[in-house]
Amino acid sequence: MALQARRFANALVVDVSGRLDQDNCDAFRADLMVHVEQSAHDGGSVVLDLSGLEYVSSAGLRCFMLAYRQAKAQHGRILVGALQPMVAEIFEISHFNLVFQVFPTVREALAAASSDAAASYDKAAVA
Amino acid sequence: MTFRVRFWGTRGSIPVALTAFDIRDKLARALVEASGRTFDTYEEAHAYASTELDFSITHTFGGHTPCVELDLGGPEYYVCDLGSGARPFGVHVLANQSRRPAVVNVFMSHVHWDHIMGFPFFGPAYVPGTTIRVHGCHDVIEQAFRLQQSAPCFPVDFDQLAAKIEFVKLEPDRPNVVGGLTVTPHLQLHSGDSYGFRFEKDGKSVVYSTDSEHKLENRAESESFAAFFRDADMVIFDAMYALAEAISVKADWGHSSNIVGVELCQMARAKHLVLFHHEPANDDATLEGLLKEARRFEELTRGEQALKVSAAYDGLELEP
Repeated sequence: MALQARRFANALVVDVSGRLDQDNCDAFRADLMVHVEQSAHDGGSVVLDLSGLEYVSSAGLRCFMLAYRQAKAQHGRILVGALQPMVAEIFEISHFNLVFQVFPTVREALAAASSDAAASYDKAAVA
Repeated sequence: MTFRVRFWGTRGSIPVALTAFDIRDKLARALVEASGRTFDTYEEAHAYASTELDFSITHTFGGHTPCVELDLGGPEYYVCDLGSGARPFGVHVLANQSRRPAVVNVFMSHVHWDHIMGFPFFGPAYVPGTTIRVHGCHDVIEQAFRLQQSAPCFPVDFDQLAAKIEFVKLEPDRPNVVGGLTVTPHLQLHSGDSYGFRFEKDGKSVVYSTDSEHKLENRAESESFAAFFRDADMVIFDAMYALAEAISVKADWGHSSNIVGVELCQMARAKHLVLFHHEPANDDATLEGLLKEARRFEELTRGEQALKVSAAYDGLELEP
């Protein structure tokens, strides 16, 4: 699972796709932590775009939790957006929706991160 | 052939009880649900309560700490842990024996207080002629039993008990024959170590796996437990927390979650997951919610074989 990241002002949108489980969570976590640390260093937020994520197991959810804690320790933020229905339900079932701010779209997550990030996203969409 | 699992205590950490407020709340919720209906007899009202109201309104999960009996239908008794549920279990044994001395085989997951606190109140221990064989893998089981009955904590010293009490050491990951059962212990992650037990009899298998944390990043650990649970007819599983709790604020507390229970049982192709060792801070509605969430997660992730999911409560009886 290679992670692609896009910058919108002070927010970094990280695309998560495929299946996230015990088989690939170690590599995913290592990649994600690089983005989380970079974002925290820059004083920004990370938005996880989960529109391509088909399934996440408990091991995958643990990666999100570790990233959340890492960001919090460095005074950063992680928000999640655009969850597919099944992943959204898994977030609720596992009570991860009580830990993360979950948004219907990446645009709304960016707007919650900062108005500059949302404006940058809108500009890129028009272009 | 009899193989019945009877839950005498299902709560973790410390016993809890319904309060007057809780009872009033259940009554008020039932009245709201029944608004507009009329019942001419007690039986009609009972049938309505039994079939149409949520479990958390009409029942309680109970508050005794772990004590689970395996009833093989024979003359001897088999029980996992002696939490506060051992008191009503002892009442059951005494009533069943009608003054005949009993033979009770105990399997200790570990000796944390919630798993031994019922023993000083276990009636058969005070009956001459009773034999109690306490099986386990720890070296400190006898020491813990004696310690909790030492002055000034309890008025009856362990040596004053009338029953003949033996302590039998079991080796992990080796099948042991105890009476009518084959028992295989397995090391679990918990402060001071705990052991799960896989019980097998006449082709049926029940796994008792409580006070066990699972590190989700460790594939070898998951596979080890999947092998321990393999094709089990029933897995009684430490599901103390929701997943988010279990891997954040309560990480390293030695317990697991409903979601991990579903995943491990699916890996193992087990047939029936029974959520156990309920968090004492959770009320009946919260526990019922965790059960519904586990069932939904099982539906979402189901492979070729469906997994039945239940939540244990004090008084529940199940056949594997």
